[in-house]
Amino acid sequence: MTVFVIRRLMQAFLVVFLMSVIVFFGVNIVGDPVYMLVSPDADQADIEAAIRRLGLDRPIWEQYFLFLKGAAQGNLGDSFVFGEPALKLILHHMPATLELAFSALFLAIVIGIPLGLFSGLYPDNPVSKGIMAGSILGFSLPTFWVGLMLILLFAVELGWLPSTGRGDTASVFGIQTSLATWDGIRHIFLPALNLSLLKISLAIRLTRAGVREAMSQDYVKYARAKGISTGRIIFVHVMKNIMIPVVTVMGLEFGSLIGFSVVTETIFAWPGMGKLLIDAILQLDRPVVVAYLMIMVLFFVLINLVVDILYSILDPRVRLQDQGA
Amino acid sequence: MTAVLEVSGLKTHFFTHAGVVKAVDGVDFTVSKGEVMGLVGESGSGKSITGFSILGLIDQPGRIVEGAIRFNGEDIANAPEAKLKAIRGNKISMIFQDPMMTLNPVLRIDTQMMEAILAHEAVPKKEAWERSRDALGLVGIPSPEERLRAYPHQLSGGMRQRVSIAIAFLNKPDLIIADEPTTALDVTIQAQIIYEAQKLTRQTGTAMIWITHDLAVVAGLADRISVMYAGRIVEQGQTDDVIDRPLHPYTVGLLGSVPTANNRGERLFQIEGMTPNMLALPEGCAFAPRCGSASAACKVPPPVEHIADRELRCYHPQAQVAAQ
Repeated sequence: MTVFVIRRLMQAFLVVFLMSVIVFFGVNIVGDPVYMLVSPDADQADIEAAIRRLGLDRPIWEQYFLFLKGAAQGNLGDSFVFGEPALKLILHHMPATLELAFSALFLAIVIGIPLGLFSGLYPDNPVSKGIMAGSILGFSLPTFWVGLMLILLFAVELGWLPSTGRGDTASVFGIQTSLATWDGIRHIFLPALNLSLLKISLAIRLTRAGVREAMSQDYVKYARAKGISTGRIIFVHVMKNIMIPVVTVMGLEFGSLIGFSVVTETIFAWPGMGKLLIDAILQLDRPVVVAYLMIMVLFFVLINLVVDILYSILDPRVRLQDQGA
Repeated sequence: MTAVLEVSGLKTHFFTHAGVVKAVDGVDFTVSKGEVMGLVGESGSGKSITGFSILGLIDQPGRIVEGAIRFNGEDIANAPEAKLKAIRGNKISMIFQDPMMTLNPVLRIDTQMMEAILAHEAVPKKEAWERSRDALGLVGIPSPEERLRAYPHQLSGGMRQRVSIAIAFLNKPDLIIADEPTTALDVTIQAQIIYEAQKLTRQTGTAMIWITHDLAVVAGLADRISVMYAGRIVEQGQTDDVIDRPLHPYTVGLLGSVPTANNRGERLFQIEGMTPNMLALPEGCAFAPRCGSASAACKVPPPVEHIADRELRCYHPQAQVAAQ
């Protein structure tokens, strides 16, 4: 297991390095940030000074090595716009995004898996057919449109829930979170639901397919022949088998939850990393964009690693192969 | 001897879109205490469905449409689910064909053994664990305590089938239905498994229905043999009688196609034709189209005839074979 983790970390290091090349050069090819930053009436000397101040007068490969040197020391460059370290800006906005993503994941699991279980056990039930039809909508309706509709219905028409911002936050273990206050929970509900809709549908479909496949397996018939209760067959024999693909996919999708939160955060004015990224792109604030993308790469790599470890805990057959490796 | 199981007039039909499949169509047999009955037939003859019918494990679109299954004197055909659940794995247990598929891959052996005990008895976990360990020892598994902690994929096929047999005997059932338990195993392991099963039935006095397509397997194991064809039992009798003096042309054909030392080098006998389509069974005797002795009389289903202690459904008993 240790060997496995070390090997995976080394692969991760390579992935992060390659991504830094692609991201850094990709972002530096697009647009010229200087004209966004200097005042419209600046003369040539002011512009020259700004270029030198931002380090844009050096050749791009030199800029890249300076970036790498900084990155190795935990410095991903300063924001052109705010003049603060980009990493600090992102870390400052990260708790808001993470709590949104975790809330969405939580909703996807507590709503998606039970619905999928029901529709897998009773595929011919009209309720199951309704669930399946709903999951198709969840897959195909665009996130931004659903977000707007949610605001229209719950915030504008019914006035039940607020539509923008994080609401009151409270500090838990030194992290400011909306989940610690009732007002914060009221604020997070709509964006979290919006963000999780796709994942709820995914959880429903995965669970349903898994249940239907598992119920026809010999081990279920054998468990019945042993006189095991239906509840134990479903929640121990079947669930333990179908949790393997569900955990894998939902875990991997956690990265895309953070990614998709760009759209949701923009619609609900949620002050997270996604909104920071959109603002940074609009202002060509290169260091922030690069730092955001690097952090996302790290996220995906770490999530993959965690999923692999979880997978080996759930599936005894994988565990054995690890010992051999 | 007292009858543990009496099946009479059992009909299990499947109502599919293409029509009604009469998988089991009027089956009668009796299994006495401590007796091993071999239920022999080709694939699709309804022998497994007969086994599942006894346990009430027939899934939609199939159901038991007629007949009685008297277990210890009580009819359990179409009994309520709660009653059947109390019998399954407790009074009647089952061994399945493929040990690779029947044990749950993500649960440890001890979990799967102990749950079989705990489903029927409120005993402390420790006791359930000890009984499981002893049961593994009984079926010849070395270092059972270690094996209990293993997952199914860590055991060989023969080892897994031993685990299934141990589970079947856990609650000291009155009857075990073994559905082709050795088909998925190679021949040497097959012999060991048969030996273990035979030993345990003798020790515990458990009756057993051994379902197989292989007459050679039951010849040395069963007390009595029932030969099934297209949902009906065509011949039934003491093992020695059926093997030495088969009366039904189908049994004769089956026996002829078993390789023996006597006909080495010769071509094996082959029964003409194919197993019938269960959706469109021929009128009368289902075997008639493949039978060398068939006559016009065979258009009417042959009734059960009793000859000494044997039962037969045929107008043309193969007396000449008996004379050989």
